[in-house]
Amino acid sequence: MSNRFKNLIVPVLAVVLGMLVGTIIMLVTGYDAGAAFVALIEGAFGDIYYIGETIRQVTPYILAGLAVGFAFKTGLFNIGVEGQLIVGWLASVWVGVAFDLPKIIHLPLAVLAGAAAGALWAFIPGFLKARFRVHEVIVTIMLNYVALHLSNYLIRTVLSDKSDRTPNIHDTASLRSPFLEGLTDYSRLHWGIVIALICVFIMWFILQKTTLGYELKAVGFNQHASEYAGMNVRKNIILSMVISGAFAGLAGAMEGLGTFGYSPVRGGFTGVGFDGIAVALLGGSAPIGIVLAALLFGSLKVGALNMPLEAGVPNELVDIIIALIVFFVGASYMIRIFIERLSKKKGVK
Amino acid sequence: MKKRKFGLALSLVLAAGTILGACGKGEEKEGGTADGGDKESKFSVAMVTDVGGVDDKSFNQSAWEGIQEFGKNNGMEKGKGGFDYLQSKSDADYSTNLNKLSREDFNLVFGVGFLMEEDINKIAGQQKDTQFGIIDGVVDQPNVVSIMFKEQEASFLAGVAAAKATKTNKIGFIGGMEIPVIERFESGFLAGVQAVNPDIKVNVKYTGAFDKAELGKTTAAQMYSSGVDVIFHAAGGTGNGLFTEAKDLKKKDPSREIWAIGVDSDQSTEGVVEVDGKKHNVILTSAMKGVKTAVVDVSEKSKAGNFPGGETLTYGLAEDGVSLAPLNEEVGNKSDIEKAVNEWTEKIKNGDITVPGTKEELKSFKAE
Repeated sequence: MSNRFKNLIVPVLAVVLGMLVGTIIMLVTGYDAGAAFVALIEGAFGDIYYIGETIRQVTPYILAGLAVGFAFKTGLFNIGVEGQLIVGWLASVWVGVAFDLPKIIHLPLAVLAGAAAGALWAFIPGFLKARFRVHEVIVTIMLNYVALHLSNYLIRTVLSDKSDRTPNIHDTASLRSPFLEGLTDYSRLHWGIVIALICVFIMWFILQKTTLGYELKAVGFNQHASEYAGMNVRKNIILSMVISGAFAGLAGAMEGLGTFGYSPVRGGFTGVGFDGIAVALLGGSAPIGIVLAALLFGSLKVGALNMPLEAGVPNELVDIIIALIVFFVGASYMIRIFIERLSKKKGVK
Repeated sequence: MKKRKFGLALSLVLAAGTILGACGKGEEKEGGTADGGDKESKFSVAMVTDVGGVDDKSFNQSAWEGIQEFGKNNGMEKGKGGFDYLQSKSDADYSTNLNKLSREDFNLVFGVGFLMEEDINKIAGQQKDTQFGIIDGVVDQPNVVSIMFKEQEASFLAGVAAAKATKTNKIGFIGGMEIPVIERFESGFLAGVQAVNPDIKVNVKYTGAFDKAELGKTTAAQMYSSGVDVIFHAAGGTGNGLFTEAKDLKKKDPSREIWAIGVDSDQSTEGVVEVDGKKHNVILTSAMKGVKTAVVDVSEKSKAGNFPGGETLTYGLAEDGVSLAPLNEEVGNKSDIEKAVNEWTEKIKNGDITVPGTKEELKSFKAE
């Protein structure tokens, strides 16, 4: 069995196993599993409106997944996607509120501001890791909280007068489109999905077609060997975090400029950044894999909202299924061994 | 060989997915075309919770109880075509949930909470056939009724009770987020305390969340340890942490006199703690907000065809929309507190005083 094929079958098996155990849990707790899955699929794809909402939900997941996946490729674990997403969200909304420019300048500026803010936020742990060997996991986790509370403070004091949210962004900075909304029966689908798909291409291009990508991957495989080969490991670590942060910041910009059109004072994390870790894991950190994983998670999230109404299943159960999928992806090593055993036995026969 | 088997399995999975997806679509379409006819004959009502969830022992729960009561009285069943609720896990879900209920042809859809104002405003413009109710917010649309409460009046009475009950002259207030609703609670409470005794210090803390019980617990712990002996919360689910902390302290030292004041509904059942076979209750009283009453009221009107669309209904003490829950039997000077509360209730109802609803108004507030 080829390696490539194994990389494909493991996440698929993880999803199937997750759903299977989820079904068992539903049956044991006395819910109608069949009706639940029908409701789930219907809630995600049953109507053009739901399809629009699903794609809207998939957009930030793709970008958050790319952010985590990109850092993974360089051997870095960026748990700070959530924080970078929040600063990106805030920065893009800030530009959207503060300036009055023609759309052709304003929108790209706001989007880029989001990316830049995320990149800057990720530069800190990247720099600390490269310069002082501080572990990026700790720094990024801490910075998540800093981002959350700093953005709340800025929204309350600078961007509004003690309100619980920023004013709405100007239309010239909005990713929303009456065309897409009309197409999907008033869903909140916006142009962000195009940006997300462009970013998927960018990630693939950087990693596969450039020297930079080659170096980044090399550092991820073996730092010492790369250093011996004359690569600048420190520079590559910082760069990888910065690019990862830019993706995360863009995910925030999608929410700020597309879905919401403002930035609220948050009581807690959005969760998108953390789900991004699961998306990247499931997608095997490969651009196309991330798109598929994001599609799965997005449809699970949106479809789940339909489950209580249609099938009487609490949507916490969907959280359990998602957790199970993540668990099985995390335990992919187990699945790999199992597959290998299986194929070996048959080989002998 | 093996490859082919896996390929087969994979394509089976994909095929199953497509079939399931297709059948989902078919059903949806049927539902979509058959809706027009039975809309008049059957009245249905639903609500969308904010992130606190339907079992927050507070504001969402109160609304859901109202819907359940209305449903029972009218022989409706839970589910589509009857009454139901959807929970929001994040603020991105409000719009989807409201839209979903409207698409499932519920006649009346309540959005519980100020945070849904924007979404209801937008969706009400798109789904003109659905009637919406927003609680704690104002939306100016012909098919939306805005339901507001004079929370300050109930919390004023809670402030009076707290000021009468405190022995240390230190009182605490735990707020959820700094939004107008909670500001009304805070201002009314501070005014009530001030009306009894201007020398009492009130420690005001905002936790920034309505769904973080652990945060409520640590905040309460800090307050109690600094000598505060009565704490009022207006923080939804976060406030449940206050009760846990008060109960824990009571368990450690049953003789210590500490109180918590509940919000939105009579939360006295949350404060029961048993020490050495003796039952105590740490909840002094609750500032009740008649979300339930209002929800039932609006549902009845809507069912009867008198939906007050475009109006803002304000429920205060005089309208029995807000009130103070019965006082705890354990408190030493119960009759004294009761007397004071009744006195102030009369004054507010008669319009002798106007309870401040903002911090700005509180500054100029003088209790006679």
